[in-house]
Amino acid sequence: MNPVLNLLIDGGSLTQAQMAQVAGLSEAEVNQHLEQLKKDKIFLGWRPVLDLSRAAAAAATVRAVIEVRITPERGGGFNHLADRISRFDEVETCHLMSGSYDLLVFVKGSSLQNVARFVSEKLSTMEGVLSTATHFQLRCYKDHGVMLEQQDSSNERLEVAP
Amino acid sequence: MSKDPQQWVAKHVASLPKSGIRDFFELVAQMKGQDVISLGVGEPDFVTPWHIREAAIFALEKGKTYYTSNLGLLELRQEISSYIAKHFSVSYRPDDQVLVTVGVSEALDLAFRAFCNPGDKVMFHQPCYVSYSPSIALVHGEAIAVPTYAKDNFALTVEALEAAWEPGCKILMLNLPCNPTGGTCSREQLEKIANFAREKDLLVFSDEIYSELTFEGVHTSIASLPGMAERTVLLHGFSKAFAMTGWRIGYACGPAVLIEAMMKVHQYSMMCAAIIAQEAALEALRHGEESVVRMREEYHRRRDLIVRRFNEMGLTCHSPRGSFYAFPSIASTGLSSEEFAANLLKSEKVAVVPGTAFGENGRGHVRACFATGYEDLIEACDRIQRFVEGLK
Repeated sequence: MNPVLNLLIDGGSLTQAQMAQVAGLSEAEVNQHLEQLKKDKIFLGWRPVLDLSRAAAAAATVRAVIEVRITPERGGGFNHLADRISRFDEVETCHLMSGSYDLLVFVKGSSLQNVARFVSEKLSTMEGVLSTATHFQLRCYKDHGVMLEQQDSSNERLEVAP
Repeated sequence: MSKDPQQWVAKHVASLPKSGIRDFFELVAQMKGQDVISLGVGEPDFVTPWHIREAAIFALEKGKTYYTSNLGLLELRQEISSYIAKHFSVSYRPDDQVLVTVGVSEALDLAFRAFCNPGDKVMFHQPCYVSYSPSIALVHGEAIAVPTYAKDNFALTVEALEAAWEPGCKILMLNLPCNPTGGTCSREQLEKIANFAREKDLLVFSDEIYSELTFEGVHTSIASLPGMAERTVLLHGFSKAFAMTGWRIGYACGPAVLIEAMMKVHQYSMMCAAIIAQEAALEALRHGEESVVRMREEYHRRRDLIVRRFNEMGLTCHSPRGSFYAFPSIASTGLSSEEFAANLLKSEKVAVVPGTAFGENGRGHVRACFATGYEDLIEACDRIQRFVEGLK
């Protein structure tokens, strides 16, 4: 397996220079591996994990999760409509789900009104969309594996121990 | 007229040497707040996996606040028995061959108190964990240190054992993989040691606390070799593999008669291990294996990193097959272990432990624990390299 991919799967919090040290490669080799992963469409990009509730980052972003029921199309199944929905800038994540609804859509907007408008004017009016149920996010506790508050403190270990 | 309070201290306690670790601890403590990166720790940097902590909280909520059987919760002993059968290929009856203790440290103390008469000789390989020699002194035994060498990757050899053996040797203390060297023995080496133990009729204490952190090949327990279970007390615990150092929970497995003897001491001195720690240990054995594998893989990568860096900067370092300690030679710098550690701390603010803290045979080495995140580990390596280059 690509050694850089291993490190990315395990958290991806290392810089390229650190990855080079950990994998025992040169930085150039790490970059080559990253390029290969990009070519193979496995590695699609970096993204930061932010605590948007912090004052400095509070760019008035509203997030919501929408359960969407849709009618599958003959020949295209759910893919065609899922693709159309995913293309909206407001949509951050879109999954096809088993269970009582079909798509789980994570959206963001600059205000509650904007998200509501997106749902009522764009999403629910699309042909094939049967119903939507929108849940607004009140607070984020954990994002992409990172605890936003209440991190474990392992820095209270004794400095020297037998 | 009052006398010096020192007079009240028992002679054999007064004559115990101060731990070399403690001296160094003081030195590091003085530099608190100065951006010191410590590779001097002896525990995982991971906190106990959440599902284990959560199980302990649940146990408290259910009101589990009472004493348990002296031997420990039966359910836990059953899980320990299955775990040891699966990973160590030895079977112990949960009813009378497993004793739950307050960490391996207590188990070891019990073993010495239960089996060592005054004057009995105890062989142990050195460099080794700091408490072996003092524990032997506390029961008025005689410590016989058997050296292990860098040229053997700090594996214990039967030749060294034969050279050190003398009449009156009763107990052989093993710690493989070893703190501080990371040394282990291959199955063949272990078979020779087992032969030696049978030939000399030795009782074996085998502290296998780092066994899950074996990076290459499979860990072999000496208790699993033919004819050895009956003369071996296997000591193990949860601290290292499950990142549970602060819970103080471990166990001893062995022949019923021996466990009964240890239990006698345990029941009068400790009664039982804390029930909350036992509940956490139960969860660890039932559902913790994935976390162990994940942590081991992480340590493995860190080991490869630090060993490579040490060798690149001219500090010869064998690749420890187990544990989370690298034990490089600092002989090429011309400094003693203590000078190296103290000067490194002063000039580059990296703490490593002088090899001499682990016995005379650790001379010329330092112990560097790689249970530390990459960022600090890489920075520490950069600083050590700068320090070593500055000496040239």
